[in-house]
This record gives sequence, C-alpha cells and structure tokens, in this order.
Amino acid sequence: MTDSIPASTPQSTGATPSPSPSPSAAAGMPATPSDATHDDVASTAPLEDGAAGHAFDPAADEEDEEDEEEPTVTLRVWRGDASGGDLVDYTLPANEGEVVLDVVHRIQATLAPDLACRWNCKAGKCGSCSSEINGMPSLMCMTRVDELPEGPITVTPMRTFPIIRDLVTDVTFNFEVAKRVPAFAPPPRPDDGYRMQQVDVERGQEFRKCIECFLCQDVCHVIRDHEENKAHYAGPRFFIRFAELEMHPLDTNDRRELVRQRMGLGLCNITKCCTEVCPEHIKITDNAIIPLKERAVDASYDPIAWLGRKILRRHKRSPEEASAASPH
Amino acid sequence: MTDYETHRYDVIVIGAGGAGLRAAIEAKSRGLTTALVCKSLFGKAHTVMAEGGVAAAMGNVYPEDNWKVHFRDTMRGGKYLNNWRMAQLHAQEAPDRVYELEAWGALFDRTPDGRITQRDFGGHRYARLAHVGDRTGLELIRTLQQKAVSMDIDVFMECKILRLLQDASGAVSGAVGYWRPTGEFVVFEANAVVLATGSIGRSYTYTSNSWESTGDGHAMAIWAGADVIEMECVQFHPTGMVWPLSVRGLLVTEGVRGDGGALKNRDGHRFMFDYIPEMFRAETAETEEEADAWYEDHAHNRRTPDLLPRDEVARAINAEVKAGRGSPHGGVYLDIASRRSPEFIRRRLPSMYHQFLELAGVDITAEPMEVGPTCHYMMGGVRVNPETQAATVAGLFAAGEVAGGMHGANRLGGNSLSDLLVFGRRAGMGAADFAEGRSGDIQLDAAQIDATVADAMAPFSREGGENPYEVQQDLQRTMQSLVGIIRTGPELEEALDKLGELRERTAKISVEGGRAYNPGWNLATDLPSMLTVSTAIAQGALARKESRGAHTRDDYPNPDPELGKVNFVQHQTGERGYAAPIQIGPEPLPEMPDELHELLEEGH
Ligand SMILES: Cc1cc2nc3c(=O)[nH]c(=O)nc-3n(C[C@H](O)[C@H](O)[C@H](O)COP(=O)(O)OP(=O)(O)OC[C@H]3O[C@@H](n4cnc5c(N)ncnc54)[C@H](O)[C@@H]3O)c2cc1C
Ligand code: SF4
Ligand code: SF4
Ligand code: FES
Repeated sequence: MTDSIPASTPQSTGATPSPSPSPSAAAGMPATPSDATHDDVASTAPLEDGAAGHAFDPAADEEDEEDEEEPTVTLRVWRGDASGGDLVDYTLPANEGEVVLDVVHRIQATLAPDLACRWNCKAGKCGSCSSEINGMPSLMCMTRVDELPEGPITVTPMRTFPIIRDLVTDVTFNFEVAKRVPAFAPPPRPDDGYRMQQVDVERGQEFRKCIECFLCQDVCHVIRDHEENKAHYAGPRFFIRFAELEMHPLDTNDRRELVRQRMGLGLCNITKCCTEVCPEHIKITDNAIIPLKERAVDASYDPIAWLGRKILRRHKRSPEEASAASPH
Repeated sequence: MTDYETHRYDVIVIGAGGAGLRAAIEAKSRGLTTALVCKSLFGKAHTVMAEGGVAAAMGNVYPEDNWKVHFRDTMRGGKYLNNWRMAQLHAQEAPDRVYELEAWGALFDRTPDGRITQRDFGGHRYARLAHVGDRTGLELIRTLQQKAVSMDIDVFMECKILRLLQDASGAVSGAVGYWRPTGEFVVFEANAVVLATGSIGRSYTYTSNSWESTGDGHAMAIWAGADVIEMECVQFHPTGMVWPLSVRGLLVTEGVRGDGGALKNRDGHRFMFDYIPEMFRAETAETEEEADAWYEDHAHNRRTPDLLPRDEVARAINAEVKAGRGSPHGGVYLDIASRRSPEFIRRRLPSMYHQFLELAGVDITAEPMEVGPTCHYMMGGVRVNPETQAATVAGLFAAGEVAGGMHGANRLGGNSLSDLLVFGRRAGMGAADFAEGRSGDIQLDAAQIDATVADAMAPFSREGGENPYEVQQDLQRTMQSLVGIIRTGPELEEALDKLGELRERTAKISVEGGRAYNPGWNLATDLPSMLTVSTAIAQGALARKESRGAHTRDDYPNPDPELGKVNFVQHQTGERGYAAPIQIGPEPLPEMPDELHELLEEGH
C-alpha cells in the first residue's frame, strides 16, 4: 500500500493546539480553554511558520469605524504545522444562520486564502470537517454560530491526530485500523436471494450511519492521551464496525476474540465520551461496546452461551480464520 | 526538471466515488495492479451525499416491473437524447449490481418478506429505488470502500490529478498531480486510465455539489483531445434549501415527495397540477384525490404530478416564484408535515429531519420546508463506447457522472447510483482488457510533465495578481445568472464573453503561502477545469436552439424534432488547454433497433 500521506509528518506534542479538554469536559459542556497561551496570542501574534503568511486582525484596525449596530463574529483559529503554531483571531461581519464552516470559508476568501481546513458536503454527511470548537470535538458544518456562547469562537484541529496544517490533521491511523478488520463473509447467495428482516438489519444500520468523522476517536482518552496505545487499540469507530459485522444476519466470521485480543476492547472503560460527540447520534457505548464486551467474555468462557440469536448461522469461522481473511 | 515521485500501475482510476470504486474493484479482481486516486480523504466523495436510492427493476415491490419498463422510463425522462445502448445495459444490469452490494455487506431496507424494498421516485413508473433511509449513497460508498480495502487496492487520497499524459501516438499513458498535504508532485504511469471524477456543480453559485465537483475529468478529457457530448444538459434539482443563505442549494431529497410530500405555493395551492406537460398527461393524476390515492395503490391511480421528472418540476417552481407566488425567501413550500405522521417522517427521512432542524431551525414534522431549484447533476460528459466505456482517445475510459450519454437531456432520480455501479464495472473491465492488451513500454513525455508542473506553480511566482476566490465567485455568478435554468441566445453570448475575460484573469492569479495543504492554491488549480467545462456548457447551450429536458431556451421554447436526433459533440483539435478554443458540431445519435423503439411506444 502506498502511503497516502508522506510519512514524514511527525507527531509533535509540542505542536498540538492548546485548548485541551479532559474527556469529561468535552463530553459535557464546551470547555473554556484553560490554557494560558491563548490569552497571550489573542490578536496579532505573528505565526512562527514564516511560509504561512501573516496574522490578521482587521478588527483591531477597524474598531473605531465599526458601526455599533453591525454584529460581528470572531474566530480564533489555530494556525501552524507540525513544527508549531498559534491561535489567530479573525473578525468578520456576522451573517444570519451561519455555521462555523461558513465563517472559515469567508476567512479563506477574504483574509487568509491559505487557511487549511477539510470539508466536502457542508451538510453533516461526509465527516470531513471535524475539528474542536471551543474545545468540543464537532463538525464545523453543523455548528451554528448563533448557538455558541458570545465572544470569540476557538477552532482548533483534532488533538489526537498529528497536525498537517492549520485545521487539517493526519488521520491515517484510522485508515490503517480499517485494514485490520476482517471482511464481511456471507454464505453463498441462495437462488431466490438473501432474506433478512427489517428488525434484524436495523441493528447494523445504526452503526452504518457512521460518517467516519473520527470525532469519537479524537475524544477517546485511550488514544488522546496515550500515543503508545494506537498500536493496539482500534477505537470506538472500529468497535462499532466490529459490532455491526457481529450483528449482521449473514456474517459468518467470529470476531469476538479478535476484538478483545487485538483491537484493545479491554482498554475502553466505558466513559461514554465517544457517544456524546457522535454527530450521527450512534449509541456507541450502549449498543456496540457494552454488547461486544459481553460477547467477548462469552466467547472466552462459554462459547455456547450467546449463540441463541445467531443459531441460524451454520458455520462461524474461527478468529484465526477471520483475521487471516483480512489483508493485513 | 522538476522533482516528483513516479508510480507504475496497470490501471489507475481517478476518482473514488461510486464509479471509481466499482471500476477499481473490477480491474483489481482481474489480477491487475490498480491504483485509486482522489482529491479528498477516502470515503468522502460526493457519492456519499446521495440520499434517495439506487434505481433497479428488481420487482420486489411491484412484480410487474422489469428492465423494459425501466429502459422506457429512462429514455422518456431523457427526452430520447440518451445513448439507447447505455440505457438498455443500465436497465438490464442494475439489479445484479444491487444484489452484489448486498453480498458485499450493504444493509438495504427490507420488505415484509425480507427482500430489498423499493421506493417511488420521479419519472419511475414503479417503486424502484433500493435504499437505506435517506442515506443510500453513504451505504453504497462504504460498502464499496470496505470491499476495496479487503482487496488491498492502493489508494492515493488527497492527491489531485492535474493532467493526463499521452504517448507519442496520443494514447493516454498516465497522469500527473500533486499531494495536497505536501504540495509535492506525483506522476502515474499506467496502461489504462479510468476517469471517474464526478460532477461540475461548483461552477454555479447555488449547487448541491461539494467543492470537488469542478469538472476536472471533463476538462482533462477535453485537453487530451477526447470528445464530450451533451454539455448543455445540466440538471437543476427542483428542491434545494433556500434559507438560511449559507445553506442555499443544499439538497432536499426527492424522497420527500416519494414519501408523500407535496409542493405548494404561497396560497397553499398544489401548483404542479397546473404544469402537467402533454407527454406525461396520460399517466399523471388530474385531481388531488387521485394523486393521494396513488401512493397506496399504483394500479388504480395515476401518479402525482409532484413526481414529474425533475426538469418539469424545476421549471414549474421557477415559474411560480417569477409570478410572485413564492415563499418569503424566493422558493416554494414542500409540505410533508400535514400529510404524514411525525414518526413516519423521522423514520423515512431521518437526515432531512436533522438537516432542517439543525441548519434552518425548521421542524419538518410540524412545518413545511422552503425549497427552490439548485444545480445538481451533469448529464453531459465524455463520449464513451457503451460496452467498454472507452473514450475516443486510446487508453482513456470514463464512468459515472463524468461520462455522457446514459441520461440524455435529463436524468431520473436514482439512475445515477445504478449508473455508477453498472458502468463503473464496465469501465473496469474495459480498462483491464486494454491494459492487458497494451504492448511495449510506456513512454512518458517529460516535457508534458514539466509543463504541467510549471503551470501549477506559476501562481506562486506572481505577486499582487488576481485572488482565486474572487475569480471563482465571478465565474459562478456568470454561470448562475446567464447559463442557468432558463437560457437565451444573447445571454449565452454574453456568458461566453465573460468567460473569455475570466480566462485572462485566471492567467494572472497569484496565491499566498506555501504548497502544503493550501486551499487557495488548490482553487487556483481547479479554475482551469471550471473554465473549460463552463465554456463547453455555454457553447452547447447556444448551439442547441430548442428546449429539451433540462436544457430550456426562452427563445426556442419547444423541442425541435431534428435536433432531437443529434448530439452536440465538443473537443479540442489543435491547441489544447483551458485557454484554447473548443470546437463544437452536431452528430447523429446512434440508431435504435426496432424492438426497443416498440418498447418506447408501448403504453406500459
Ligand atoms: C445531495 C445529492 C444527492 C443525490 N442523491 C442521489 C440519489 O438518491 N440517487 C442517485 O442515483 N443519485 C443521486 N445523486 C447523484 C449522485 O450522487 C452522483 O451523480 C454520483 O454520486 C456521482 O458519482 P461519481 O462516482 O461519478 O463521482 P463522485 O462521487 O462525485 O466522485 C468523484 C471522485 O473523483 C475525485 N476527483 C475529482 N477530480 C479529481 C482530480 N482532479 N484528481 C483526483 N481525484 C479527483 C473526487 O475526489 C472523488 O473521489 C445525488 C447527488 C447529490 C449531490
Ligand atoms: S467509552 Fe470507551 S471507546 Fe468511548 S471514549 Fe470512553 S474509553 Fe473511548
Ligand atoms: S461513530 Fe460517530 S463520531 Fe465516530 S466516526 Fe462514526 S460518526 Fe463519527
Ligand atoms: S463538510 Fe461534510 S460533514 Fe461537514
């Protein structure tokens, strides 16, 4: 597999943006940035990265001329790259009904043409525009400006992944984990087609709503605070993938041992932070992780116990067979 | 000389939407080395946004349905400008492609007896769209993505292709692009190249398309000397959001109407009954009672005019707004709240429910939506061989929205996702056959690579030049106002003049910052494609002096039977590139066999 993002992007803890919510703060209310650094950099701190251009704060210059009636919006955006960076303020006139991504786009069009961010659908459907807004892992395209507390809005990149530039992070980790999930393996198709009941597909459909925004991966403390865990921890996005396949009425792989032994399910201590940030409102912990943990235990101690619902599956491949079926 | 990395593959597929994924899976399954290249992260292509469903005559809900009816609906919807053979293959093969997805893990919604269920959509005689709520595209792309991963297909994500490379004979033999995260250049050497780059919507101000839809594949094909057809046929979806302004253009799925939603004007009148065209009169309900009864019983009632083909509905909305009967923000009302229960709406249309609640503050289970036309889909595209998807230049293949012919002058909803699967697979087979048969070493022309790199880098060395964002906005405004849903000769001429000015401004663009993940630079490299495609659209629209399907000329309001027999074909013969002219001329459509003609005539 050719590396999609050149491997040279280092993970640099020094470069991570300053607002660093604890998982519980992220899950609960928007965390007030606790770090002293941003007060210092508030308006015009020049960027360390010379190539990235200049800091902008038109508000500082235009304050006197500003019409008091005209509402404005200030975005405090982390700008920089793997070698470091800072928060930079951008102030623009406010528009009705805007989301944070709209403001980022207007900044690009007028003040900082090279401000890097990802987006595609602008409708919460593609999972590209993930970032941390006032410390809360969020989609920029689904966060309305008028629903945030007054004052500057801090927008920083996802902290769990290495920085590429500005709001863009290197999320390769997730694509690598995806390769380790054994593929779906149905029995041969009967002549008149597969039959499944709506109630049975609905369980899996909940997890297939996942837009791969990786916000749950971002907030999960097992990898957010412990880089070393990435080697043996799949994270909530992939726990739901395992759960989905596990609950698929046609899948013949047994994945219970695999998810416990190689995907680090045991490291999850059910803080539920992932569920709280999921923009698709997938009940990651209650509907995927907890049942998986129960099943994994069953698989270790009593392979017969939970076969009840899946009694129709004639043959389940063993964990070894299942993992051999994955390309990596 | 420029520094770049080089990769060698049997087949490279540019684009990782449904069409590209399906093509890559096919080429790889033949044992060929295959690369999949895309501008965004893997799994984010525009296909992910598709909502309503994939059209396939499986007959699970209406056993009367079969490929012949689907073929007929597609041709009628396309106002007979379609390539008949593509429409036929599509209708015949779509069911197998859907079942294949199921075997790869897709979880479609089910009928009570456990089969894949199907929903009603505009222009389809029977309930025909396999779906997963209103997130069918996500299911399709994730299933194909997971299949591609399990096959170990090499994926180059966030890698933007700038230009195709051709050998001395003119055959396409690779492509050059750059990594967006670093700005470093990359060259692909390949026996065959499949274009699956999707749409052109970003050339318009109000569009349902993502930033990726800049028509790069359409443009690169033109620059390589390939033919494109039907570029004048741009679909405006009748129902986009209109308010707040920041979400204007965002799609409201046709599934809302398929599931019972009705269009109403300011006075609460269901105006679609006033706009039933002659061609569809016999099969369309004349009263609200009949239309409403049709949802439950298709056999004894005719379909609601709310589900006429998209071009008809978009024009009707346009006319209502123009006549002053629109909603406060310049649209009309789409009402499902008063017609279906909140539980039904939330279950069938969950993402519409959230989209309106979160972005517009509107609860669609309690209030009507405000909607209006938005630029949505490109019928026109690369002229291909229907069996192999080969373009008119050797070594080049095209599938999905970048290919032309399948949908004629207007696409039916749901027919795109099925198109991606059917012709993605065929393009993969075509490219694999060609790649296997290609002999001798591939010779890459260093001069082509250097010229491409130099063009891409030029904006960095200019100072104080044009801002790419402003050029883009002016381009979008030009297309929106002069080459939009209703067109006239003088406005199209004006548009072509303006596009000329924009070409000059594009040559003077300067960008700030470095090469690594620089959106301003990325946009600067998109503008040449957008200009080439916009020019082809405007030229095609000027040449087609009639109204047909999505192409509406105010100065030629009726279809012209003679023009209904031709495609307008465009290509570059001499000089290539966005600054060079594109030649245009009519060519006869392929002759349809008699037995298919009969299908069109049958009452069905
Ligand atoms: C909101 C919405 C809803 C829709 N709903 C439906 C529906 O319900 N049913 C239906 O049938 N159709 C629907 N459509 C239409 C359908 O989704 C699209 O026509 C279809 O997904 C296009 O697929 P594609 O594979 O051709 O291209 P896309 O999915 O657009 O993919 C294009 C790919 O090409 C890549 N690319 C482009 N340029 C370059 C370049 N220069 N270098 C490298 N890579 C490049 C992109 O990164 C991307 O991966 C909908 C469309 C929209 C916008
Ligand atoms: S519940 Fe588990 S997976 Fe989710 S955030 Fe907490 S530790 Fe991570
Ligand atoms: S589970 Fe939810 S939060 Fe996690 S990646 Fe999927 S959509 Fe995002
Ligand atoms: S842009 Fe697609 S989720 Fe935000």
